[in-house]
Amino acid sequence: MPLILNEEQALVLDSARAFLADRAPVSHLRKLRDSRDADGFSRALWKQFAEMGFCGTLLPEELGGSGLGYVEAGVIMEEIGRNLTPSPFLSTAVVGATTLMRDGNKARNQELLPKLAAGDLLLALAVDEHAKHAPSATALKAARSGNGFALSGDKCFVVDGHVADFLIVAARSAGSPGETDGLTLFLVDAKAKGIDTERTVMVDAHNAARIKFDRVQVDADTVIGEVDHGWPLLEGALNVGRAAVAAELTGAGQGAFERTLGYLKDRKQFGQPIGSFQAMQHRAAHLFTELEITQAAVLKALQTLDGDFDRAAMVVSVAKARAGMSATLAVQEAVQMHGGIGMTDEFDIGFFMKRARVGQELFGDAGFHADRIARSQNY
Amino acid sequence: MSDLEQFRKETRAWLEANCPPDMRLPLEDDDDRYWGGRNAKFKSEGQRLWFERMVGRGWTVPEWPKEYGGAGLSREEGKVVRGEMRRLGCRSPLDSFGIWMLGPALLRYGTPEQKREYLPPIARGEIRWCQGYSEPNAGSDLASLATRAEDKGDHFVINGQKIWTSYADKADWIFCLVRTDPAAPKHLGISFILFDMKSPGVSTKPILLISGKSPFCETFFDDVRVPKGRIVGEINKGWEVAKYLLTHEREMISAIGLPGGRPLGQIAADSLGTEAGILADTCLRADIARFDIDAYAFQLALERTGDQLKAKQANPAISSMLKYYGAELNKRRHELLMSAGGSQALEWESERSRHGEAARSWLRTKANSIEGGTSEVQLNVIAKRILELAGA
Repeated sequence: MPLILNEEQALVLDSARAFLADRAPVSHLRKLRDSRDADGFSRALWKQFAEMGFCGTLLPEELGGSGLGYVEAGVIMEEIGRNLTPSPFLSTAVVGATTLMRDGNKARNQELLPKLAAGDLLLALAVDEHAKHAPSATALKAARSGNGFALSGDKCFVVDGHVADFLIVAARSAGSPGETDGLTLFLVDAKAKGIDTERTVMVDAHNAARIKFDRVQVDADTVIGEVDHGWPLLEGALNVGRAAVAAELTGAGQGAFERTLGYLKDRKQFGQPIGSFQAMQHRAAHLFTELEITQAAVLKALQTLDGDFDRAAMVVSVAKARAGMSATLAVQEAVQMHGGIGMTDEFDIGFFMKRARVGQELFGDAGFHADRIARSQNY
Repeated sequence: MSDLEQFRKETRAWLEANCPPDMRLPLEDDDDRYWGGRNAKFKSEGQRLWFERMVGRGWTVPEWPKEYGGAGLSREEGKVVRGEMRRLGCRSPLDSFGIWMLGPALLRYGTPEQKREYLPPIARGEIRWCQGYSEPNAGSDLASLATRAEDKGDHFVINGQKIWTSYADKADWIFCLVRTDPAAPKHLGISFILFDMKSPGVSTKPILLISGKSPFCETFFDDVRVPKGRIVGEINKGWEVAKYLLTHEREMISAIGLPGGRPLGQIAADSLGTEAGILADTCLRADIARFDIDAYAFQLALERTGDQLKAKQANPAISSMLKYYGAELNKRRHELLMSAGGSQALEWESERSRHGEAARSWLRTKANSIEGGTSEVQLNVIAKRILELAGA
């Protein structure tokens, strides 16, 4: 398969690019931040996402979806990244939808997924428990209780956790933290008794939450996948999330770079554009190179998720690690090359730096993925 | 099954049946490469068989037309052949500047007669070519070259000196940039010309490098007579051919950034040992993992830019990006190989070290970011032609 977008994918790109640039440019994020919006995203915009068919990108048409693939979802993520749009698209339409679709519980999916596609249902994945992403270290306890389980423990960095209708919770039903066996996924009503949610406004003005579970009683039918064997389902969902965040970071890196390139051409010092100085040109050319190479890895990761899902882990790690590193370089160069104005809150470039920092941590930073690659190669 | 999948299946089966086992082992050193030419000798029976079988199938140049010794494959099919060769670990049957550089330029700019005369012997590995570009006073500023070709009616007389001519002492013919109009602005008086290295007046002198090897030569032309029909493209428009060829040279050099040989992580694990499956030197482990990430991403970038160029979605100057990154990547790989080898990689003469192969290769890679246009020149090209920054 050629490593470029096909015609249909290019059409999705065109419509996502025009839509997001028009409805949700960086000023949209700024407004939500400055008004201290309680949701942290625009429900009206999310309804428009549904009308565009974006909410159901990964869902089949019979469930109200668009029947598209991960490349298309990645294309939308890239435009979200370019505009820094706060949106439940990642948590709900990508990671949440993937988890439920791959589980394939028909009755549940028929009840929930059409609502998701219509923009009426939000999901959030609760996996991290510590400062660093380490899904196998999951300790939140699922103890057998009555007709089901009682969940106890703490989650953090739950993206969209305070607005979700349902939480997808990774819990330890057997074994010890560090083991991939013994994990179970649950679909938990976010308003269930015993759940305490604290919205944690992040540096990038995007949504996340800390969630405490105090003996939250859930029925056996809330299990997603198999009891004690939830790891493959969780890893699959995480890999999709990683590739999607990589696409978003690519967009954010490109957005920062495009603005910086414009500035290099406009800003004059010593009587000439600062972009005419070779010191700046070489750094800009190097940054361009890093971003281009990352784009190839990200597209390949998305294509592999579409074509060979179970063998996508390594290329996904390559894409996520590369995207984290090149977006980080892009925003650092962006602020430096903008000089003093890049440090001001009034100017947008700082938002890119903040989002890149969060995206780097989300679902594993470059170090996490480098370690995964080294392990897979036995070193 | 799609046609392409069927083709992949057949390709895999043919390669498995026809690539000798010793031709599936990673290259141990540069002497394991087969370059062809009048004086070429095979290092092993397996090398000979592999070469002859690939020539017979047109797969030394899979995408060239059949009439010129290729197999007439589409780009997609060519990708399949390369991909399956990589999967099996097949060595290249023939390394050749004729294939990588001159061939593409002839296919684009050559006359029908020139194509018929020069392309099939390249495909069959009969003539080994070298490239006469750089001069002592024309390095990064290549267009200031001074080697003169004087028009003497039915022939040219060439005088001057080239430098950094790769394997000039082993090559049969040279493709060469010469100045045919000294009065014209520097880019407009250059022609691209072909001649036999056995012509009277041609001499070569190998240059000893820091690696202790001599892959490059100084090449001298003293009243060398070359018939008129040997100019490729139009007279005084050789710069256009040269630039086109340079993009292929950049792609060729960028391919050195591709993963090849044994994986670095395994080499380091053998050399330094592991603890619970983790490389004992954890700092080196992190560096190698970062390298693996970048090397794999770079391989995908080569594939993607090829697909983009075919779909006319990329700026042709993108080859500068690949050359820049591939060269830097290969230098990084050899720095890591030296770290993994520790003091053992420092031995220069012992049999044990295969006469300092690791150290000599490491030193050789330092030229990667100089030859074919320095990294700085590539960054200039990107800044000017892709980013459209002024004054570059």
